[in-house]
Amino acid sequence: MPEIATNTSPILPPKEAEEKVISPWKEGWKSFRKNKVALVGLGIVTFFILIAIFAPLIAPYSFEGQKLSDKHLAPSAEHWFGTDEFGRDILSRVIYGSRISIGVGFLSVAGSVVVGSFLGIIAGYYGRWIDTIISRVFDIILAFPSILLAIAVVAVLGPSLRNALIAIAIVNVPIFGRLLRSRVLTVKEEEYVTAAKAIGMGDGRILLHHVLPNSLAPIIVQGTLAIATAIIECAALGFLGLGAQPPAPEWGKMLADSRAFIIQAPWTVLFPGLAIMLTVLGFNLMGDGLRDALDPRMKN
Amino acid sequence: MFSYTVRRLGSLIPVLLGMAFIVFMMIRAIPGNPAQVILGQQATEEAVAAMTKELGLDKPWFIQFWDYLSGLLKGDLGVSLKTNSPVSEEIGPYLMATIELALIAMIIAVVIGVNAGIISAWFQNSWFDYVAMVIALIGLSMPIFWLGLMEQYIISIQWDLLPTTGRDNIRDPVEAITGLYLIDTLMQGRVDQFFEVIKHLILPGIALATIPMAIIARMTRSSMLEVMRSDFIRTARAKGMRMFWVVYKHSFKNALIPVVTVIGLQTGLLLGGAILTENIFGWPGIGTYIYDAILSRDYPVIQSGILVIAFLFVMINLVVDLLYAAIDPRIKYK
Repeated sequence: MPEIATNTSPILPPKEAEEKVISPWKEGWKSFRKNKVALVGLGIVTFFILIAIFAPLIAPYSFEGQKLSDKHLAPSAEHWFGTDEFGRDILSRVIYGSRISIGVGFLSVAGSVVVGSFLGIIAGYYGRWIDTIISRVFDIILAFPSILLAIAVVAVLGPSLRNALIAIAIVNVPIFGRLLRSRVLTVKEEEYVTAAKAIGMGDGRILLHHVLPNSLAPIIVQGTLAIATAIIECAALGFLGLGAQPPAPEWGKMLADSRAFIIQAPWTVLFPGLAIMLTVLGFNLMGDGLRDALDPRMKN
Repeated sequence: MFSYTVRRLGSLIPVLLGMAFIVFMMIRAIPGNPAQVILGQQATEEAVAAMTKELGLDKPWFIQFWDYLSGLLKGDLGVSLKTNSPVSEEIGPYLMATIELALIAMIIAVVIGVNAGIISAWFQNSWFDYVAMVIALIGLSMPIFWLGLMEQYIISIQWDLLPTTGRDNIRDPVEAITGLYLIDTLMQGRVDQFFEVIKHLILPGIALATIPMAIIARMTRSSMLEVMRSDFIRTARAKGMRMFWVVYKHSFKNALIPVVTVIGLQTGLLLGGAILTENIFGWPGIGTYIYDAILSRDYPVIQSGILVIAFLFVMINLVVDLLYAAIDPRIKYK
């Protein structure tokens, strides 16, 4: 009997047929590529990521080198974005600042995704009281305006960039937790999960091989949009003096330090803010585009 | 509807308890000895012991939490460490200042956002649609603290059109009755002061309104586009109804549900955003109250300030949920 089920069976699709199967990722990329607005977003994001990676090569000056004789120079050929109250080159500080903002964006969201997915999967897969407790905790966290909760966390842990990152990550956990929970609830009912269970697959492998891959697209969409929010929140905490501490060239902190000099040197306030806005815009555009491309429920 | 209301209220209890618990834990989660952190490194041992006692940190945590909860139910929000007066007495004027600012911001956001969304959907793919949606995208990505600074620089400093900070003219302060200065000035018949208050409200109002305005405009547009494809709209058009009424009456009424959800959610978020806007415009609201408390490590004020805002947030969402049924009788709660 078992020899019938060898892989020489003619029922298996021939190679050519296999190649014609378009993966949802390829299809997604095809529709993403047609979306001009999303491509602009991808361009902006790539631009800032490259700047962050190659900051030491691009920045014309050091981000902390003070030269008091050069204080508050207006934008010129030598200092494209001008200088601040300590004579530091603002262009260089904005360039190095991209490392902080994008770094906090990615790291905090990665943290929220890992913790949120873990909790969401457990809640969705095991249900019952575990689900009730985890879902209630999510409800409670979401009952606070997010920036306010982040401020509260930093007020407790003390102001620093690391604590701001932790705060932002905590605030975003329920977004991914709820997402994964609802995905698990849908996927759990699928026949292939029943089949996997029938052949004796363990819970862990089912979650890893079936549930997670099926949840990847919405995680990427939500994650991109969450990075945008995280960057704004990081800058907001920095602006309130609760995030990065001097002399770190964090964009929000730069705004807060320069606002007293807005009359003499408006460029000190203009450029860091523009950088925040552009980066956030890039991630938002990209996230919107990804949602249209990857999330079939949102397709018209 | 009645049973839904009761159940919706019931589901609030665990959330409110959880919120109170998080806020309660804030002071206890401070790394090290909270009393020492609050008083600073130079504090004497006696002072630390006294502070520990004052904060009730010497008792077991569940008794502390019970005391805290029963205090909250009696309206006791703790005592400010800086001014030594009860937070519940201090917080009123700050809260009213924030509510006034938030209301104005929400009015700006709803009036402009909803209409921009409707017109964008009506003339889909026109230049208006295109421009409005680009502005909305930029608005969505706007760091409002930066927008506030730019407003101050261009409109107040360069053009000298509007005041940079505060709620009223410091040389002619408004006499508070309700704490909502727009109402107070009218009650006193001070029309000159009324316009002064409006002038002070415009810049922070716009800054705070930007993000909700963008979100409301986008949501209204997509919701309207969906409704305008339905059969009853085609019927209304076929009957020869004027497009204006088709759009504003038939379509908008049916597009309202997601818009109301977004408006409710944004009103809550606005309260969070107020802390940044108030910081920039020197607005004496609850955000400023919390911010100053953070700087002076006045934890009872931080706790209660955050709790009050979160409570408002939850209540606004409750009202929105209950509003659905009123707007759309098709919604039936099981």
